[in-house]
Amino acid sequence: MNAVKLVTVFGENRLGWMARITRALADAGVNIRWVTIATSGAFGVIKLLVDKSNDAVRALQKEGFPVSLLDVLAVEVADKPGALHSITELLAKHRINVENSSGFVTQTHQKAVLLLEITDLDHAREALTKHGLHLLSQEEVLVI
Amino acid sequence: MNARNRRFWDREIETLKRRALEQLQLKRLQDTVRRVAKRVPFYEQKFAESGLKPGAIRSVADLHRLPFTTSADLRATYPAGMVATPDKVMRLHTSSGTTGKPKAIFFSRRDIDNSAELIARSLIMTGTTDEDVLQNMMTYGLFTGALVMHYGAEKIGMLVIPAGPGNSEKQLLLMQDFRSTVFHTTPSYALYFADFLEKHGIDPRQHLALRKGFVGAEPYTEETRRKIEQAYGIDIYNSYGLSEMNGPGVAFECEHKDGMHLWEDHFLMEIVDPKTSEPVPDGRPGELVLTTLCREAMPILRYRTRDITAILPEPCTCGRTHRRIQRITGRSDDMLIVRGVNLYPQQIERVLMGIPELGRNYLIELEGLDEMTVKVELGEGSFTGKVEQLVSLQNHVIERLRAEILTKPKVELVAPGSLPASEGKAKRVIDHRKL
Repeated sequence: MNAVKLVTVFGENRLGWMARITRALADAGVNIRWVTIATSGAFGVIKLLVDKSNDAVRALQKEGFPVSLLDVLAVEVADKPGALHSITELLAKHRINVENSSGFVTQTHQKAVLLLEITDLDHAREALTKHGLHLLSQEEVLVI
Repeated sequence: MNARNRRFWDREIETLKRRALEQLQLKRLQDTVRRVAKRVPFYEQKFAESGLKPGAIRSVADLHRLPFTTSADLRATYPAGMVATPDKVMRLHTSSGTTGKPKAIFFSRRDIDNSAELIARSLIMTGTTDEDVLQNMMTYGLFTGALVMHYGAEKIGMLVIPAGPGNSEKQLLLMQDFRSTVFHTTPSYALYFADFLEKHGIDPRQHLALRKGFVGAEPYTEETRRKIEQAYGIDIYNSYGLSEMNGPGVAFECEHKDGMHLWEDHFLMEIVDPKTSEPVPDGRPGELVLTTLCREAMPILRYRTRDITAILPEPCTCGRTHRRIQRITGRSDDMLIVRGVNLYPQQIERVLMGIPELGRNYLIELEGLDEMTVKVELGEGSFTGKVEQLVSLQNHVIERLRAEILTKPKVELVAPGSLPASEGKAKRVIDHRKL
């Protein structure tokens, strides 16, 4: 099944918190491909796409961080005007609500990846693939 | 002495008919009043001021004519102004004063025997036997908590390990090597040690021989009891005492774990309104006031304990006639006034411990102009990686707290293990207010 695992870490809005996370990952030899932080007041969630997610979870747990793995869909889209819109429109048409989304460009003016957090992953996967969109697997997303 | 399968330590006194118990109380009260009027200058003066003659105490109902004794009185008469029998004192304990001088409490040989006797009754009441091995994790020293329990457990004939508090590695070693079956500790250390065991991969159900725990010296909630019971897989019994009244063993839970039997042949109890000092009816919360009935070296009349509880007047199915008190729900000293609302930290603890997604440690911070922030740890394994879940948990905690304490606090969720878990009496409130 083509879903991508993000490592999520509980974050307190405190000096040095992020540094402790990145140090633990660096020491464990984990490469961070991409990161985003969602905050709400004094706390938040740090989401990381890493090459070795199991090593990352172990290293962070050892440091006492609350850690969890989150399945998201990674959709490959063209890096051009209207690309994101075509996807959001498609999801809206199928009444699929996106809880969170983020994206990054993989090849300038050519390709980008859109990460989608969705409760009903199967429904979304079906709708997207039916429409001819490519969902990246964990292996694929790590080699781009 | 064989204590196996024994239901009572002293069946006759523990099941004495109420009428006979009340007669015994009256006789002992009259003795106590006569002795302090003659031998303790503090009471001599109080009686002179009020014109009360010791002979005027003709029934237990006359108790209200006697003066109260407060912790301030004990400090004012420090070091030895309250002693009735200076020639008979054998041991000194002090009661932890947070500020200023401590309260000095003196014991005669008979007082030490009596305090051990009440512990023996209490432990047998929980189903403990002479075959048990007690790991006593309370502080030995000036504090009464460990020594009084120690003597009482020895009286039953069990093996006592005077481990003292803290040093979790050593506690575990003793517990494993000597197969401790029961322990005595504070609720905060019981929780801290449970965490320690978990971190070291020790499952108490598999690797230890524990079967019961006696937990006291700090007020705690029913939810905290359940958490401790679940963490160890054992029964936890609530214990109540204070150094001014011997230490532990003033009141203790029986096998039913539903309120603590207060040993009424040794202590007369009253519940009063902390502000007006008027009596409060049975079942209603108020301040516990105790009068010693058997104290030789240092009798105390109507001591204002500042502990908030209620009398549970219904007879207990265990057969003991000594009435029960509810677990302590607060200290009149601990009472916080936030935005004009009176509240006890234990109310906040009760709410937090009732929410399964939360962890064990919390901290109440008061700042600025009456801003209250409750910091609480997330429970192990309750982080799902979604910020929405954290926000909804936070809102849930705020709402539950508001329903309990009638004011809306700020709530901050923090990582497990990031708040201090004290090994002794836990510090749960930090007051930075500049009022």
